[in-house]
Amino acid sequence: MRVLMFGWEFPPHISGGLGTACYGITKALAEQEIHILFVVPKLFGDEKKGNVSFIDANQTAINLSYPESQKILKHLNYIQVDSGIVPYTSPWNEEILTEKNILHTKNETKKMLHFYFSGEYGKNLIKEVAQYALVAAEIVKKKSFDIIHAHDWLTYPAGIVAKEMSGKPLIVHVHATEYDRSGENPNKTVYEIEKKGMQAADTIIAVSEFTKKIIINKYGIPASKISVVHNGIIEAKNKFITKKITPYRKKTVSFIGRITYQKGPDYFIETARMVLRKFPNTHFVMAGSGDMLLPMIHRIAELKLSSRFHFTGFLQAEEIEKLYALSDIYVMPSVSEPFGITPLEAMQSGIPVIISKQSGVSEVLKNVFKINFWDIHAMADTICNLLKHESLSDALIHSGMKEIRNIKWEDSARKIKKIYKSHLQVIH
Amino acid sequence: MKRICFYFQVHQPFRLKNYRYFDIGNHHEYFDEKKNRMIMEKVAEKSYIPANKILLNLIQKFGNRFKVSFSISGTALDQFELYTPETLKSFQELAATGQVEFLSETYAHSLSSIRNPEEFKKQVKDHSNKIEILFNQKPKVFRNTELIYSDQIGNLVSSMGYKTILAEGADHVLTWKSPNYLYQSEKNPELKILLKNYRLSDDIAFRFSQFGPLGVEKFTQWIDAIPKEEEIINLFMDYETFGEHQWKETGIFDFLKAFPAHILEKTEYTFVTPGEAANELKAIASISMPKPVSWADEERNLSAWLGNGIQDDAFESIYRLEKKINRCSDDELIKDWRYLQTSDHFYYMCTKHFADGDVHKYFNPYDSPYEAFINFMNVLSDFEERLENKLMQKKNNPIFLRRKIKSILEKNEIKLQALQ
Repeated sequence: MRVLMFGWEFPPHISGGLGTACYGITKALAEQEIHILFVVPKLFGDEKKGNVSFIDANQTAINLSYPESQKILKHLNYIQVDSGIVPYTSPWNEEILTEKNILHTKNETKKMLHFYFSGEYGKNLIKEVAQYALVAAEIVKKKSFDIIHAHDWLTYPAGIVAKEMSGKPLIVHVHATEYDRSGENPNKTVYEIEKKGMQAADTIIAVSEFTKKIIINKYGIPASKISVVHNGIIEAKNKFITKKITPYRKKTVSFIGRITYQKGPDYFIETARMVLRKFPNTHFVMAGSGDMLLPMIHRIAELKLSSRFHFTGFLQAEEIEKLYALSDIYVMPSVSEPFGITPLEAMQSGIPVIISKQSGVSEVLKNVFKINFWDIHAMADTICNLLKHESLSDALIHSGMKEIRNIKWEDSARKIKKIYKSHLQVIH
Repeated sequence: MKRICFYFQVHQPFRLKNYRYFDIGNHHEYFDEKKNRMIMEKVAEKSYIPANKILLNLIQKFGNRFKVSFSISGTALDQFELYTPETLKSFQELAATGQVEFLSETYAHSLSSIRNPEEFKKQVKDHSNKIEILFNQKPKVFRNTELIYSDQIGNLVSSMGYKTILAEGADHVLTWKSPNYLYQSEKNPELKILLKNYRLSDDIAFRFSQFGPLGVEKFTQWIDAIPKEEEIINLFMDYETFGEHQWKETGIFDFLKAFPAHILEKTEYTFVTPGEAANELKAIASISMPKPVSWADEERNLSAWLGNGIQDDAFESIYRLEKKINRCSDDELIKDWRYLQTSDHFYYMCTKHFADGDVHKYFNPYDSPYEAFINFMNVLSDFEERLENKLMQKKNNPIFLRRKIKSILEKNEIKLQALQ
């Protein structure tokens, strides 16, 4: 079985959970003997390989005729892009060549085009999403595959185009939705792209029941079209859990995630304030950056708690490992978390975990504390008890590490493979 | 001829309120009165009262040929008085027939037998007194919380004057022996032991509806199948079997009505109370249980309440307060301390099959054993603070101080005199 998979980020060049999940999925699927053609906007060269063939959109030459490209672009008219840019004009226009934001080379004789992808989430994101769809059209012409699998809204237009042109079934994998990210004020463009993707898909994979409900309620998709496949975690080999020593060392409570509305950083801070009243020597670390970073710093200064708070900014994988090693408690107070891989990593590192009930990962874990994200009293109660009673944290560390050994990507891959097969049956 | 001995456990704990870390020092309302009242009223209506009615009718019909025994925990009795006095009356009516034996146990349905023998003795005494007051009967037969028995506990109970005790007829203790005889304690031959026939008891208590439901004839046939020489069938179970664990719709009440009638009208078997059984029968052999055995779970040991880190921590934390409690004479504090010892609190902290969500979960008001631990320890922290404050007060109490100063002065007087 060959799967054409569209992603946007891949470890180590990640900015959130999407890349990690893609790595886990592709690795496990490859072990189940599924050959994957993984398309990324930009291949950096140091990606964690495995049994996956990468296609670099940056390096893919577009050889579309004008009518072909127009047909595709008509399909993509729901993507609101700023005026005068590629999707609405002929790619061979002079104007584009002089456009400052988009760089591409034009080979006159063969009329081929390369698009530039930054591989990031910059201000040209929507444009890159549209370009990605054109790249997809090109790839479809050259590669053979049985299924198309698109991860998150950035790749849905590409997935739709690929389906249109190849006639193969499209699986759309929802790792997150605009509702998680922006609550009741979703970005209209992104919402439209998400909705179109979900409607065009033959099956939607949601990373949790929590996300499935959002898809049903906010996007109007029938439940029968949605399958839930929970994420997993890669087994950590050679992990030495050193018992945190010295009675003089202060206890550390960690928060790892973007400092943005969705992740509930403000609830973390209010909880910390309560805990510090009873345990004044506790330290709180917030690892991440985002649009709420400055307001949070201000709030902490206002509360005069700056000496107990540490902001690390965005951390790379090795640095996050170090952070887990010195954390005593991990908290994920997300307002709306489609899944949430960091609690799994924390449990693997031997840390008691507190997660919000409004998360997908709470559906698969037992040996964690689950609280409503707004319930700072419950969060503070739990943290105080973990700080006070070693028997409690020991119990959670022990049972958590045991439980995490059963949360494997193999199980997710098995379910995905079944979904793939169900579509192949239909064709034959 | 085989004797059938019915024993029913009646117990309700004082369940805790949601008590947060930040409530410590702020308020001292540990127990969820609303919830406890609601549960007691519900169980009384669905189980205790209808079942008592059936037993009363049977006794009225068959006179002294039908009899049963109960052990009602002190916490259940307290809750009867607080929330459903009609239920208490219903048990008193049964007591008045003279055909119902009440057993002795710890007041708080606690595990004090394995940790604090002095506290254990106090609780047993208080419970016994209460039974005497309410039911006009001084309990002669003992049964420990959740039927926990060991040789050591046997000695403890025997030292208080009891001659008969109930225990679980666990396979790993009996090996090839049958529970259907009277036994005596190996270390203490004066102490007679009645062993629960767990197969037949659980057929009623747990598996009743599985048999479509269990019919009186079928059950009697199983008793018939037991070798003739075997002398007693001990059917020990939770009284909530009738109406709560097995709902009325399963036909459990019809069984309760029909079974004794069938036995007394159609067979040669008789009913006895534990006290009568100990008198009529001779112990067939000695039995020794060096490690505690209970009627809980597959393991039939203490693992439902103790053994994991948090259970042990909680257990130790409450029992280490014994010395301080003994110095305190505040009734409220002593009552709270007792209610916090009830075995249920530790049962809720069991992580044994947490992943499977089994029996423990059904009766567990908490979402996880960890939350049960946190809630309990928060309450205990506040309790400890109150206890400390009370003792401080006592220390600073002028009358107490005067006495203390007087005794110091007297001691020094003697020293001075010696020097002169």
